[in-house]
Amino acid sequence: MKIKKLIPDSKVIPKLRTVTVESITNVGAKTVAKAEATGNFLTDVADVFLFMMLVLRGTFSRKFEFREFLRQCFQIGVKTLPLITITGGIMGLVLTIQSRPVLVDFGAVSMLPGMVAVSLIREMGPVITALICAGKIGSGIGAELGSMKVTEQIDAMEVSSTNPIRFLVVTRVLAATLMIPLLVLYADMFGILASWGGANIKGDVTFSLFIAQAFGAIDFLDLFPAVIKTFFFGAVIGMVGTYKGYHAGRGTESVGKAANSAVVLSSLLVLVVDMIAVQITDMMVL
Amino acid sequence: MNIENTQSLNHNTFNSLSNDPVINITNVAKAFAGVPVLQDVSIQLYKGENLVVLGKSGTGKSVLIKCIAGLLRHDKGTIDVFGKDIKTMRSREIDEYRQKLGFLFQSGALYDSMTVKQNLEFPLVRSGKKLSKKEMELKINEVLENVGLPEVINKMPSELSGGMRKRISLARTIIVDPLIMLYDEPTTGLDPVTSDEISTLINDVQMKYKTSSIIITHDIKCALKTANRIVMLHEGMLYREGNVDDFESSTDPMIHSFFH
Ligand SMILES: Nc1ncnc2c1ncn2[C@@H]1O[C@H](COP(=O)(O)OP(=O)(O)OP(=O)(O)O)[C@@H](O)[C@H]1O
Ligand SMILES: [Mg+2]
Repeated sequence: MKIKKLIPDSKVIPKLRTVTVESITNVGAKTVAKAEATGNFLTDVADVFLFMMLVLRGTFSRKFEFREFLRQCFQIGVKTLPLITITGGIMGLVLTIQSRPVLVDFGAVSMLPGMVAVSLIREMGPVITALICAGKIGSGIGAELGSMKVTEQIDAMEVSSTNPIRFLVVTRVLAATLMIPLLVLYADMFGILASWGGANIKGDVTFSLFIAQAFGAIDFLDLFPAVIKTFFFGAVIGMVGTYKGYHAGRGTESVGKAANSAVVLSSLLVLVVDMIAVQITDMMVL
Repeated sequence: MNIENTQSLNHNTFNSLSNDPVINITNVAKAFAGVPVLQDVSIQLYKGENLVVLGKSGTGKSVLIKCIAGLLRHDKGTIDVFGKDIKTMRSREIDEYRQKLGFLFQSGALYDSMTVKQNLEFPLVRSGKKLSKKEMELKINEVLENVGLPEVINKMPSELSGGMRKRISLARTIIVDPLIMLYDEPTTGLDPVTSDEISTLINDVQMKYKTSSIIITHDIKCALKTANRIVMLHEGMLYREGNVDDFESSTDPMIHSFFH
């Protein structure tokens, strides 16, 4: 509508004539800069996409680096266990101590185990464990691959007829994808255990009763989506860490940058994936 | 008559016998994000010779040998290795070529997460040669003996000094008996004594394994000791080519400043 009005208006045309050469070149430079910026963004997106394709292709190639994969599972799984034990314990304890007084007021202390179990398994366990893992594993992978890139170790690998995507990236992404769900389950279990401890600070519940009440409250729709999403958390952490490390620039400061941006981006993406997962679960339940 | 002269004489007779270059670089150009680094470089490496590449920092020497190893793709020109352009090689052919190639990286590039022994095993296991455990052990001991460091076998790279790391990387490079060696500044950052030892090792490798080598260096002592022939790069172009005598007696100010 506005355009129709503009065209017959002859005042516009002289205005157009007054455009100087300078302003054209100015506009030109700006457009080029803008185009370059979008170009950079697009090449970034293309880069990420290409990287994901390479990882997928490497995953399903016949030459799978099994030994390196096992080593990474150990690195990611076993070495993170102490941290996850503490995290799970604190989650269970805090949940219990904070919600117990309210439940006592309502005379519903018997609901405590079930409530703690459900909130741990559905949300707290997966998200907090994944965030902790983004910090520890994401930064670890980012820094390791980043320093390997900067000190030419990745080049050296390539000269030794070893595909670095298959050897370094695929193994780490898969190990993270498999290990993080296990770590989350472990954190859930340990959290429930700690919750029983917490419930016994002021109350008195037998272990078997507590466990029975806790697991009695969990149904399939609590557990299944929660477990599925942890695989995605793991994949996101592995992918972001390896991508940032593998694409580190030149010079030592880019190692720190790679580690740092790996943590920031993977934490953020964990939350985004969680939000999407909640939406999908919500739709499934209805 | 000093050693260098006899070496270049040797080279000249050798060169006239075998005219086929092992590596033939013609009109190679390479730019990063529009900034040209290599502009037009043509170099031949002949069988069994030590070719020293001189040039100021930042003229693209490392970029050039990374192109030769296929780690970077050159934009223009051809790099023929054993008669085939590496740009047109399929990934299997590249792997086969790299199994004949040794690359000593400027930073050593030892794998931080592995012990010295595992570092040395890595190329052996991956070279496609099926060696038994015993044979591998022998080979590892042999190269460690060659670089004079048999006692560090179970150490981590972080526990080694700079010179030791360089020597272990050299050991890791020669363990697969390469036909072509690429040395990126093998003596930079080392004391004169260790530098001299490394230069001797480079000559030993040439004698023992009959390798053809490209040696990039700023270190004129190393260049004089190892070179059969020298080329000089400047601003992405070939500046001068000749034998040690040509360079030493040159009155060109740039070459002169390198040599005196
Ligand atoms: N992967 C890369 N991406 C972008 N620029 C690069 C890359 N590799 C090298 N360069 C640039 O190319 C130029 C030449 O670098 P190169 O490492 O080849 O120098 P050099 O001759 O080996 O110097 P030195 O003797 O200091 O090692 C430098 O300006 C460098 O910034
Ligand atoms: Mg260099």
